[in-house]
Amino acid sequence: MEIPYVVKARPDTGLFNAKVGIWLFLASEVMLFGALFSAYILLRVGADPGSWPQGLLNVPIGTFNTTVLISSSVTVVLSWAALKMGRFNTYRKYQAITILCALGFLGIKSFEYRDKWTHYEIWKTDGTRVTGHIEGSPYFWNTATLTKKKLDQIMFAPDARHYNDPPAEHHVEAHAKHEFAPVKTSDIKRLSAFVPSHSTFFAIYFTLTALHGLHVLAGALVIAYIWGPGARMWKTDPERYTNRVEVSGLFWHFVDLVWIFLFPVLYLL
Amino acid sequence: MSDAHSPEAIKKHVRTYLVIFGALLAGTIVTVWLRSIHFGDFWITVAIALTVATIKASLVAGFFMHLISERKAIYATLATTVFFFAAMMYLTVWARVQVPRGSEYLMRQEVPHPAVRNGGAL
Repeated sequence: MEIPYVVKARPDTGLFNAKVGIWLFLASEVMLFGALFSAYILLRVGADPGSWPQGLLNVPIGTFNTTVLISSSVTVVLSWAALKMGRFNTYRKYQAITILCALGFLGIKSFEYRDKWTHYEIWKTDGTRVTGHIEGSPYFWNTATLTKKKLDQIMFAPDARHYNDPPAEHHVEAHAKHEFAPVKTSDIKRLSAFVPSHSTFFAIYFTLTALHGLHVLAGALVIAYIWGPGARMWKTDPERYTNRVEVSGLFWHFVDLVWIFLFPVLYLL
Repeated sequence: MSDAHSPEAIKKHVRTYLVIFGALLAGTIVTVWLRSIHFGDFWITVAIALTVATIKASLVAGFFMHLISERKAIYATLATTVFFFAAMMYLTVWARVQVPRGSEYLMRQEVPHPAVRNGGAL
Protein backbone atom coordinates (compact mmCIF):
# COMPACT_ATOMS: atom_id res chain seq x y z
CA MET A 1 0.00 0.00 0.00
CA GLU A 2 1.41 3.39 -0.97
CA ILE A 3 1.54 6.35 1.40
CA PRO A 4 -0.95 8.85 -0.05
CA TYR A 5 -0.18 12.42 -1.03
CA VAL A 6 3.63 12.21 -0.87
CA VAL A 7 3.72 13.96 -4.25
CA LYS A 8 0.14 14.62 -5.30
CA ALA A 9 -1.47 17.55 -3.46
CA ARG A 10 -4.29 16.82 -1.04
CA PRO A 11 -7.54 18.39 -2.32
CA ASP A 12 -8.39 20.17 0.94
CA THR A 13 -4.97 21.64 1.77
CA GLY A 14 -3.63 21.94 -1.77
CA LEU A 15 -0.29 20.58 -0.54
CA PHE A 16 1.49 17.28 -0.22
CA ASN A 17 1.18 15.88 3.31
CA ALA A 18 4.79 16.24 4.41
CA LYS A 19 4.67 19.99 3.86
CA VAL A 20 1.63 20.39 6.12
CA GLY A 21 3.30 18.09 8.63
CA ILE A 22 6.59 19.99 8.76
CA TRP A 23 4.83 23.34 9.18
CA LEU A 24 2.79 21.92 12.07
CA PHE A 25 6.01 20.65 13.61
CA LEU A 26 7.68 24.04 13.11
CA ALA A 27 4.69 25.66 14.83
CA SER A 28 5.41 23.50 17.89
CA GLU A 29 9.08 24.42 17.70
CA VAL A 30 8.14 28.12 17.68
CA MET A 31 6.36 27.55 20.99
CA LEU A 32 9.35 25.66 22.40
CA PHE A 33 11.91 28.33 21.59
CA GLY A 34 9.39 31.08 22.31
CA ALA A 35 8.94 29.73 25.82
CA LEU A 36 12.70 29.77 26.37
CA PHE A 37 12.98 33.29 24.96
CA SER A 38 10.23 34.48 27.29
CA ALA A 39 12.11 32.80 30.17
CA TYR A 40 15.19 34.73 29.09
CA ILE A 41 13.24 38.01 29.10
CA LEU A 42 11.85 37.40 32.58
CA LEU A 43 15.24 36.41 33.98
CA ARG A 44 17.06 39.29 32.35
CA VAL A 45 14.62 42.00 33.38
CA GLY A 46 14.32 40.61 36.91
CA ALA A 47 18.04 40.21 37.56
CA ASP A 48 19.65 42.17 40.37
CA PRO A 49 22.17 44.84 39.33
CA GLY A 50 25.62 43.38 38.79
CA SER A 51 24.41 39.82 38.52
CA TRP A 52 23.89 39.67 34.74
CA PRO A 53 27.26 39.21 33.00
CA GLN A 54 27.71 41.13 29.79
CA GLY A 55 30.51 41.18 27.27
CA LEU A 56 31.60 37.62 28.01
CA LEU A 57 30.54 36.18 24.65
CA ASN A 58 32.84 36.58 21.67
CA VAL A 59 31.04 38.79 19.13
CA PRO A 60 33.36 38.14 16.12
CA ILE A 61 32.97 34.39 16.58
CA GLY A 62 29.21 34.75 16.98
CA THR A 63 29.04 36.91 13.85
CA PHE A 64 31.06 34.36 11.89
CA ASN A 65 28.73 31.59 13.07
CA THR A 66 25.78 33.69 11.92
CA THR A 67 27.24 34.04 8.42
CA VAL A 68 27.93 30.29 8.37
CA LEU A 69 24.28 29.50 9.12
CA ILE A 70 22.96 32.11 6.68
CA SER A 71 25.20 30.64 3.98
CA SER A 72 23.92 27.15 4.74
CA SER A 73 20.35 28.44 4.45
CA VAL A 74 21.12 29.72 0.95
CA THR A 75 22.79 26.50 -0.14
CA VAL A 76 19.84 24.48 1.15
CA VAL A 77 17.37 26.42 -0.98
CA LEU A 78 19.72 26.42 -4.00
CA SER A 79 20.07 22.63 -3.69
CA TRP A 80 16.27 22.27 -3.75
CA ALA A 81 16.07 24.61 -6.76
CA ALA A 82 18.71 22.49 -8.53
CA LEU A 83 16.61 19.35 -7.97
CA LYS A 84 13.53 21.12 -9.28
CA MET A 85 15.49 21.80 -12.47
CA GLY A 86 16.59 18.15 -12.61
CA ARG A 87 20.25 18.91 -11.82
CA PHE A 88 21.12 16.18 -9.33
CA ASN A 89 24.89 16.80 -9.27
CA THR A 90 24.40 20.50 -8.59
CA TYR A 91 22.02 19.57 -5.77
CA ARG A 92 24.68 17.28 -4.27
CA LYS A 93 27.32 20.01 -4.35
CA TYR A 94 25.13 22.62 -2.66
CA GLN A 95 23.83 20.19 -0.06
CA ALA A 96 27.39 19.04 0.74
CA ILE A 97 28.23 22.69 1.48
CA THR A 98 25.16 22.84 3.75
CA ILE A 99 26.35 19.83 5.72
CA LEU A 100 29.87 21.26 5.96
CA CYS A 101 28.45 24.58 7.21
CA ALA A 102 26.46 22.70 9.85
CA LEU A 103 29.56 20.86 11.04
CA GLY A 104 31.48 24.13 11.01
CA PHE A 105 28.83 25.82 13.13
CA LEU A 106 28.89 23.00 15.66
CA GLY A 107 32.69 22.97 15.71
CA ILE A 108 32.85 26.71 16.39
CA LYS A 109 30.16 26.36 19.07
CA SER A 110 32.12 23.62 20.82
CA PHE A 111 35.20 25.85 20.72
CA GLU A 112 33.14 28.60 22.40
CA TYR A 113 31.87 26.17 25.02
CA ARG A 114 35.38 24.94 25.79
CA ASP A 115 36.49 28.53 26.23
CA LYS A 116 33.69 29.12 28.74
CA TRP A 117 34.39 25.95 30.70
CA THR A 118 38.02 26.91 31.26
CA HIS A 119 37.26 30.52 32.18
CA TYR A 120 36.67 31.14 35.88
CA GLU A 121 35.28 33.65 38.34
CA ILE A 122 36.47 33.90 41.95
CA TRP A 123 34.38 35.50 44.65
CA LYS A 124 36.88 36.40 47.35
CA THR A 125 36.24 36.54 51.08
CA ASP A 126 36.98 40.29 51.04
CA GLY A 127 33.99 40.84 48.74
CA THR A 128 35.90 41.40 45.51
CA ARG A 129 35.31 39.39 42.34
CA VAL A 130 37.83 38.55 39.67
CA THR A 131 37.65 36.56 36.43
CA GLY A 132 40.51 34.76 34.71
CA HIS A 133 42.14 31.43 34.03
CA ILE A 134 43.65 28.71 36.19
CA GLU A 135 47.06 27.36 35.20
CA GLY A 136 46.70 24.24 33.09
CA SER A 137 43.20 25.30 31.88
CA PRO A 138 41.30 22.65 33.81
CA TYR A 139 37.61 22.10 33.14
CA PHE A 140 34.71 22.54 35.57
CA TRP A 141 36.58 23.35 38.75
CA ASN A 142 34.49 24.78 41.55
CA THR A 143 34.76 25.51 45.27
CA ALA A 144 34.34 21.83 46.15
CA THR A 145 37.23 20.91 43.83
CA LEU A 146 39.63 22.91 45.98
CA THR A 147 38.67 20.82 49.02
CA LYS A 148 38.60 17.56 47.10
CA LYS A 149 42.08 18.11 45.69
CA LYS A 150 43.32 19.48 49.05
CA LEU A 151 44.71 22.63 47.42
CA ASP A 152 46.14 25.43 49.55
CA GLN A 153 46.35 27.75 46.60
CA ILE A 154 45.72 27.94 42.87
CA MET A 155 47.76 29.70 40.20
CA PHE A 156 45.35 32.21 38.66
CA ALA A 157 45.81 34.69 35.80
CA PRO A 158 43.24 37.46 36.19
CA ASP A 159 41.59 39.22 33.25
CA ALA A 160 42.30 42.92 32.69
CA ARG A 161 38.87 43.78 34.01
CA HIS A 162 35.82 42.15 35.55
CA TYR A 163 32.67 42.14 33.42
CA ASN A 164 30.94 44.45 35.91
CA ASP A 165 33.66 47.10 35.63
CA PRO A 166 33.27 49.91 33.09
CA PRO A 167 35.06 49.17 29.81
CA ALA A 168 38.68 50.31 29.99
CA GLU A 169 40.60 51.94 27.16
CA HIS A 170 41.28 49.41 24.41
CA HIS A 171 45.06 49.68 24.69
CA VAL A 172 44.89 49.02 28.42
CA GLU A 173 43.02 45.75 27.91
CA ALA A 174 45.03 44.70 24.88
CA HIS A 175 48.35 45.13 26.64
CA ALA A 176 47.34 43.94 30.09
CA LYS A 177 49.58 41.18 31.37
CA HIS A 178 47.91 37.84 31.82
CA GLU A 179 50.32 36.31 34.34
CA PHE A 180 49.63 33.52 36.80
CA ALA A 181 49.85 34.47 40.46
CA PRO A 182 48.99 32.40 43.55
CA VAL A 183 45.57 32.83 45.14
CA LYS A 184 45.12 31.20 48.54
CA THR A 185 42.19 28.85 48.93
CA SER A 186 41.41 30.52 52.27
CA ASP A 187 40.77 33.78 50.37
CA ILE A 188 38.29 32.12 48.02
CA LYS A 189 34.62 32.24 48.99
CA ARG A 190 33.39 30.76 45.69
CA LEU A 191 35.06 29.47 42.56
CA SER A 192 33.10 28.71 39.42
CA ALA A 193 33.78 28.25 35.73
CA PHE A 194 31.38 29.86 33.29
CA VAL A 195 29.04 26.88 33.42
CA PRO A 196 25.23 26.77 33.79
CA SER A 197 25.51 26.86 37.60
CA HIS A 198 27.64 30.03 37.51
CA SER A 199 24.74 32.42 37.07
CA THR A 200 21.25 32.71 35.62
CA PHE A 201 22.76 34.20 32.47
CA PHE A 202 24.89 31.15 31.76
CA ALA A 203 22.08 28.81 32.72
CA ILE A 204 19.78 30.31 30.08
CA TYR A 205 22.67 30.81 27.61
CA PHE A 206 23.65 27.15 27.66
CA THR A 207 20.00 26.02 27.62
CA LEU A 208 19.18 28.12 24.57
CA THR A 209 22.34 27.49 22.58
CA ALA A 210 22.64 23.78 23.45
CA LEU A 211 19.03 23.13 22.44
CA HIS A 212 19.62 25.09 19.25
CA GLY A 213 22.84 23.12 18.67
CA LEU A 214 20.96 19.85 19.05
CA HIS A 215 18.52 21.05 16.40
CA VAL A 216 21.44 21.90 14.11
CA LEU A 217 22.85 18.41 14.65
CA ALA A 218 19.52 16.68 14.05
CA GLY A 219 18.86 18.73 10.91
CA ALA A 220 22.34 18.02 9.61
CA LEU A 221 21.89 14.28 10.18
CA VAL A 222 18.57 14.23 8.32
CA ILE A 223 19.97 16.26 5.42
CA ALA A 224 23.06 14.04 5.33
CA TYR A 225 20.92 10.87 5.21
CA ILE A 226 18.81 12.21 2.36
CA TRP A 227 22.02 13.34 0.60
CA GLY A 228 23.77 10.00 1.11
CA PRO A 229 21.95 6.69 1.60
CA GLY A 230 18.54 8.22 0.88
CA ALA A 231 19.61 9.46 -2.55
CA ARG A 232 18.54 6.15 -4.11
CA MET A 233 15.02 7.56 -4.23
CA TRP A 234 16.06 10.11 -6.87
CA LYS A 235 16.20 7.26 -9.38
CA THR A 236 12.90 5.61 -8.34
CA ASP A 237 10.71 8.60 -7.41
CA PRO A 238 12.41 11.96 -8.13
CA GLU A 239 9.41 14.11 -7.21
CA ARG A 240 9.02 12.50 -3.82
CA TYR A 241 12.77 12.85 -3.25
CA THR A 242 12.60 16.57 -4.12
CA ASN A 243 9.78 16.98 -1.64
CA ARG A 244 11.91 15.34 1.06
CA VAL A 245 14.70 17.80 0.32
CA GLU A 246 12.24 20.69 0.48
CA VAL A 247 10.78 19.58 3.81
CA SER A 248 14.18 19.03 5.42
CA GLY A 249 15.18 22.43 4.05
CA LEU A 250 12.20 24.05 5.75
CA PHE A 251 13.41 22.65 9.10
CA TRP A 252 16.89 23.96 8.33
CA HIS A 253 15.58 27.47 7.63
CA PHE A 254 13.78 27.40 10.97
CA VAL A 255 17.03 26.53 12.73
CA ASP A 256 18.61 29.52 10.98
CA LEU A 257 15.67 31.72 12.01
CA VAL A 258 16.13 30.85 15.67
CA TRP A 259 19.82 31.75 15.48
CA ILE A 260 18.96 35.08 13.79
CA PHE A 261 17.20 36.00 17.05
CA LEU A 262 19.55 34.21 19.43
CA PHE A 263 22.68 35.99 18.19
CA PRO A 264 21.64 39.61 18.92
CA VAL A 265 19.79 38.70 22.12
CA LEU A 266 22.67 36.79 23.70
CA TYR A 267 25.77 38.33 22.12
CA LEU A 268 24.86 41.96 21.47
CA LEU A 269 22.22 43.08 23.97
CA MET B 1 2.63 20.89 -9.23
CA SER B 2 2.02 24.61 -9.18
CA ASP B 3 3.40 26.88 -11.91
CA ALA B 4 5.39 28.74 -9.28
CA HIS B 5 7.58 25.65 -8.98
CA SER B 6 8.11 24.94 -12.69
CA PRO B 7 11.77 24.74 -13.78
CA GLU B 8 11.49 28.07 -15.62
CA ALA B 9 10.09 29.82 -12.55
CA ILE B 10 12.75 28.23 -10.34
CA LYS B 11 15.51 29.72 -12.50
CA LYS B 12 14.14 33.20 -11.83
CA HIS B 13 13.94 32.46 -8.13
CA VAL B 14 17.63 31.52 -7.90
CA ARG B 15 18.64 35.13 -8.55
CA THR B 16 16.19 36.23 -5.85
CA TYR B 17 17.75 33.81 -3.36
CA LEU B 18 21.19 35.27 -3.99
CA VAL B 19 19.89 38.82 -3.55
CA ILE B 20 18.24 37.82 -0.26
CA PHE B 21 21.53 36.20 0.81
CA GLY B 22 23.27 39.54 0.27
CA ALA B 23 20.56 41.32 2.23
CA LEU B 24 20.94 38.88 5.13
CA LEU B 25 24.70 39.41 5.25
CA ALA B 26 24.18 43.18 5.17
CA GLY B 27 21.61 42.85 7.97
CA THR B 28 24.14 40.94 10.08
CA ILE B 29 26.76 43.65 9.57
CA VAL B 30 24.19 46.34 10.47
CA THR B 31 23.20 44.43 13.62
CA VAL B 32 26.81 44.25 14.83
CA TRP B 33 27.50 47.87 13.83
CA LEU B 34 24.45 49.09 15.79
CA ARG B 35 26.17 47.80 18.91
CA SER B 36 28.68 50.59 18.68
CA ILE B 37 26.00 53.31 18.60
CA HIS B 38 24.95 54.79 21.93
CA PHE B 39 21.19 55.15 21.90
CA GLY B 40 19.66 57.13 24.75
CA ASP B 41 17.72 54.28 26.27
CA PHE B 42 18.57 50.59 26.48
CA TRP B 43 15.03 49.70 25.33
CA ILE B 44 15.56 51.67 22.12
CA THR B 45 18.62 49.51 21.48
CA VAL B 46 16.56 46.39 22.12
CA ALA B 47 13.75 47.57 19.83
CA ILE B 48 16.11 48.40 16.97
CA ALA B 49 18.08 45.13 17.29
CA LEU B 50 14.90 43.06 17.33
CA THR B 51 13.48 45.03 14.38
CA VAL B 52 16.56 44.21 12.30
CA ALA B 53 16.34 40.56 13.40
CA THR B 54 12.64 40.47 12.46
CA ILE B 55 13.38 41.88 9.00
CA LYS B 56 16.06 39.24 8.45
CA ALA B 57 13.74 36.49 9.73
CA SER B 58 10.97 37.73 7.42
CA LEU B 59 13.31 37.51 4.43
CA VAL B 60 14.23 33.92 5.31
CA ALA B 61 10.62 32.95 5.97
CA GLY B 62 9.19 34.80 2.98
CA PHE B 63 11.66 33.80 0.29
CA PHE B 64 13.68 30.79 1.44
CA MET B 65 10.69 29.07 3.04
CA HIS B 66 8.41 30.25 0.22
CA LEU B 67 5.89 31.71 2.64
CA ILE B 68 5.30 34.62 0.31
CA SER B 69 3.42 32.31 -2.05
CA GLU B 70 2.11 29.59 0.24
CA ARG B 71 -1.32 28.06 0.66
CA LYS B 72 -4.09 29.02 3.06
CA ALA B 73 -3.53 25.90 5.17
CA ILE B 74 -0.01 27.06 6.06
CA TYR B 75 -1.09 30.64 6.70
CA ALA B 76 -3.83 29.38 9.03
CA THR B 77 -1.32 27.25 10.94
CA LEU B 78 1.06 30.15 11.30
CA ALA B 79 -1.67 32.61 12.29
CA THR B 80 -2.65 30.27 15.12
CA THR B 81 1.01 29.98 16.14
CA VAL B 82 1.46 33.76 16.15
CA PHE B 83 -1.64 34.14 18.32
CA PHE B 84 -0.40 31.68 20.93
CA PHE B 85 3.15 33.02 20.81
CA ALA B 86 1.87 36.56 21.39
CA ALA B 87 -0.30 35.28 24.23
CA MET B 88 2.71 33.60 25.82
CA MET B 89 4.76 36.79 25.59
CA TYR B 90 1.85 38.78 27.05
CA LEU B 91 1.69 36.35 29.98
CA THR B 92 5.43 36.83 30.48
CA VAL B 93 5.07 40.60 30.73
CA TRP B 94 1.97 40.26 32.92
CA ALA B 95 3.84 37.94 35.28
CA ARG B 96 6.59 40.52 35.60
CA VAL B 97 4.25 43.26 36.81
CA GLN B 98 1.90 41.11 38.89
CA VAL B 99 2.99 40.61 42.48
CA PRO B 100 1.27 38.96 45.48
CA ARG B 101 -1.14 41.23 47.35
CA GLY B 102 0.68 43.16 50.05
CA SER B 103 4.07 43.05 48.39
CA GLU B 104 3.50 45.94 45.98
CA TYR B 105 6.09 47.96 47.90
CA LEU B 106 8.75 45.80 46.25
CA MET B 107 7.75 47.19 42.86
CA ARG B 108 8.17 50.76 44.08
CA GLN B 109 11.82 50.30 45.03
CA GLU B 110 14.24 52.13 42.79
CA VAL B 111 16.27 49.37 41.17
CA PRO B 112 18.42 50.53 38.27
CA HIS B 113 18.04 48.35 35.19
CA PRO B 114 20.86 45.80 35.29
CA ALA B 115 21.63 46.21 31.60
CA VAL B 116 21.90 50.02 31.61
CA ARG B 117 25.42 51.34 31.80
CA ASN B 118 26.86 54.65 30.66
CA GLY B 119 23.47 56.07 29.71
CA GLY B 120 22.34 53.03 27.78
CA ALA B 121 25.54 52.29 25.90
CA LEU B 122 26.45 48.63 25.58
